[in-house]
Amino acid sequence: MNIKKDIKTLIIEKPLKLDCGQTISNFPLAYETYGTLNEKKDNAILVCHALTGDQFVTGINPITKKDGWWTYAVGPNKSIDTNKYFVICANVIGGCMGSFGPSHENPKTKKIYGTDFPVITINDMVNAQINLLDFFGIEKLFSVVGGSMGGMQVLQFISNFPDKARTVVPIACTSSHSAQNIAFNELGRQAITADHNWLDGNYTSKTTVPDKGLAVARMAAHITYLSKKGLQEKFGRKLQERDDLKFGFDADFQIESYLRYQGSVFVDRFDANSYLYITRAMDYFDLVKQFNGNLSNAFKNTKAKFFVISFTSDWLYPTQENKEIVIALNAISANVGFVEIKSDKGHDSFLLDVPDFLNALKNFLDKSYIEKKI
Amino acid sequence: MKPEFKIISNLINKNAHVLDVGCGDGVLMEFLLKEKKVNIRGIEISKAKVQNCIAKGLTIIEGNAEKDLKQFPDNSFDYVVLSQTLQAFLNPEKVINELLRVGKQAIVTIPNFGYWKIRLHLLFKGTMPVTRTLPDEWYNTPNIHLCTIKDFVYFSKTKNFKLSKSIALKNDKPTYIKKSNLNFKNLSSNLGIFLIER
Repeated sequence: MNIKKDIKTLIIEKPLKLDCGQTISNFPLAYETYGTLNEKKDNAILVCHALTGDQFVTGINPITKKDGWWTYAVGPNKSIDTNKYFVICANVIGGCMGSFGPSHENPKTKKIYGTDFPVITINDMVNAQINLLDFFGIEKLFSVVGGSMGGMQVLQFISNFPDKARTVVPIACTSSHSAQNIAFNELGRQAITADHNWLDGNYTSKTTVPDKGLAVARMAAHITYLSKKGLQEKFGRKLQERDDLKFGFDADFQIESYLRYQGSVFVDRFDANSYLYITRAMDYFDLVKQFNGNLSNAFKNTKAKFFVISFTSDWLYPTQENKEIVIALNAISANVGFVEIKSDKGHDSFLLDVPDFLNALKNFLDKSYIEKKI
Repeated sequence: MKPEFKIISNLINKNAHVLDVGCGDGVLMEFLLKEKKVNIRGIEISKAKVQNCIAKGLTIIEGNAEKDLKQFPDNSFDYVVLSQTLQAFLNPEKVINELLRVGKQAIVTIPNFGYWKIRLHLLFKGTMPVTRTLPDEWYNTPNIHLCTIKDFVYFSKTKNFKLSKSIALKNDKPTYIKKSNLNFKNLSSNLGIFLIER
């Protein structure tokens, strides 16, 4: 398949013990890089992607033929400047863009793993990605950066590998997944598993797939990524290509049509079982519990410089949850900066053209990079 | 740069751990970094000013000093600086207590409402004084708890904190405030600078 041709893969031979108790080895980790690793190998930035992201951070995604998910922030002269930095991003394990995931064939059964795939965690994702540093011969990253679930990976990364990054940028995330967020994820999973094409996870991509369920999951989730104000301003009660209500259940309103579109394009690029696994990993994420109720202990062994960013209209990972990370860091006198960016674009703000955010990120990275060189 | 920054810098030891509360655009932070090689953090409430600090490469936490100082452990800084903002807090006493909990010492500067020009303004014009250090009108001023140098000295006695150094600023010239010259300094100076501790 020519999909494989466009995907770089590192086969991780070393056994990885997962949180669920199983051990995996000889598994693929798909990744992409941008920019050039310098001679000293001190300009590398690991970018961690969110729930539905992948390794194709910027430029045209060779699989979907659309812009990479963080094109606003990553590229030449952008916030994460690929003229300066070497950017690495891996598809998370459990994902569906080449890394070991539920759509891979189980050698024992010759069928896809489906729900026989082990439940993975944010910790497992990070422990798989650390192998990329060895692969590239990088002793220490200049930075580890990510938003949403990417931010959770960032926090877990520096907790697991305290001396492997000089700067740490968790964006629009949390140290402990909230009940509300678990609830939304459960809604998405229920939509998928209620689709009669799901077949307990044993669908194959060649026949029918649970695309209706996956589309509903995406539609529900998409609402949580926006804000009430943003939706109201963009759509209001505007009608979709009609002058009046039709007294039926077609998409009368533009917002309905928009959500249906978001659902339909999502199913073309995402695997329903991966959606189940990755949302589960988010729900299980609780760094506070990992450190017996004291988040500060997660960071007590690192000298890294942190920069925490939240957004005013993000109600999925609200400022208060981001601030708890700042508070935990201040409690141990760690080097931490924090900014709340004003934006009406909701949780999605970190993916969009929000100049205050993009400038803050660029300034933080570029200034810290010079600082380090002195 | 405000003239008081030089005096604040003189009160701070090299390589100290400093918190600048209400750090604005980070001018003092930059100055202290250059002059004293301090390890310094700032807290600022204005989003625009926070952005300016980030652009300068300063470590800044967006926040409200009245609410957000509590996240810092006891004695986590050698010095906590509060430059001309004490009068803007709802509860200055609480803020002073927090400064002295978080910092081993605190440096507080206050615009002196006892300055003769201010007294004359009120005496002769009969309207609320507007000066270089207090540029706002009564209806839009953030300064809701103005005090004089003398008030602050009395305040330290009532609330049992020590004034290790008391400096008066007049026409950008610093002089020490003593018991014997308190009335005079309270009249002749537009700014008071205090190094305080428990």
